[in-house]
Amino acid sequence: MCHQTVCLVARHLEANGIPTLCLGSALDIFSAGRPPRASFLDYPLGHSAGKPFAPVDQLSIVRAALAGFEQITTPGGITRLVNEWGDDDWRAEARATQGQDTRQARDETPQFQFPSDRAAALASGAIRA
Amino acid sequence: MGINYMRAIQARYENLGYTPYRWFVADSAPPWTALTKPLAQSRLGLLSTSGAYALGQSAYHYKDDVSIRALPSTTAESDLRFSHITENYLVDARRDPNCILPLAQLRALRQEGAIGELADSVFSCMGGVYSQRRVREEMAPALLEACRAQKVDCALLVAM
Repeated sequence: MCHQTVCLVARHLEANGIPTLCLGSALDIFSAGRPPRASFLDYPLGHSAGKPFAPVDQLSIVRAALAGFEQITTPGGITRLVNEWGDDDWRAEARATQGQDTRQARDETPQFQFPSDRAAALASGAIRA
Repeated sequence: MGINYMRAIQARYENLGYTPYRWFVADSAPPWTALTKPLAQSRLGLLSTSGAYALGQSAYHYKDDVSIRALPSTTAESDLRFSHITENYLVDARRDPNCILPLAQLRALRQEGAIGELADSVFSCMGGVYSQRRVREEMAPALLEACRAQKVDCALLVAM
């Protein structure tokens, strides 16, 4: 869903004069949503900018993705990054057509990561009690 | 070869008895704006759809929240938080935000001159919004205005 959202946002920004480049790991959603420029990284979702605590991997991904601004000359062009996750264990789950709904409930109140974040947001005035 | 997420998610939901979701399929060529100067001289904006917020800001809600957050690009990693309807994808980002919100990497690339400047504020949203109309009519215009206020020359959009 996030990949669809970036496609829609990228197309809006680009149509209004801001060049964009989308970085993500769902090639099919990019291919359908056709953002102006995209970079595809074949990693499990949640790691579009690299593996955790792997600064060399992360930097090479962001650097190679940004190169797309100058490499992609055709609208809708998608570059494929060369980085490899290392194992394929995650693919079966990502491809699964059976399984429970893993989404959180569609609650309409802010869902803070930590209870103390709510106190901080209250103190700053970002939310009201 | 990449995963076919649209097909897998569609089938998973169908097996749970949900009505099929109609994914966005572009019916027109992508719009295009050429860069006016090299990246090394450009001011870069950043959007992450990972549901990032900074300590002191509100988290996101999970029912098509189209709000956006502006986070100072100097925000300490220890002050970054995430809330997203697909929380299962945040396990690593909550340990190391750079795997989805590459602030340290962009600062390093600015330092070495690969990008001219990084915007003072970067943007985040909770990208798990099902209403394409609300993304088009509410979220995207708000982000355009925010990018203009940051005077960015171009923007990197990182999907979760």
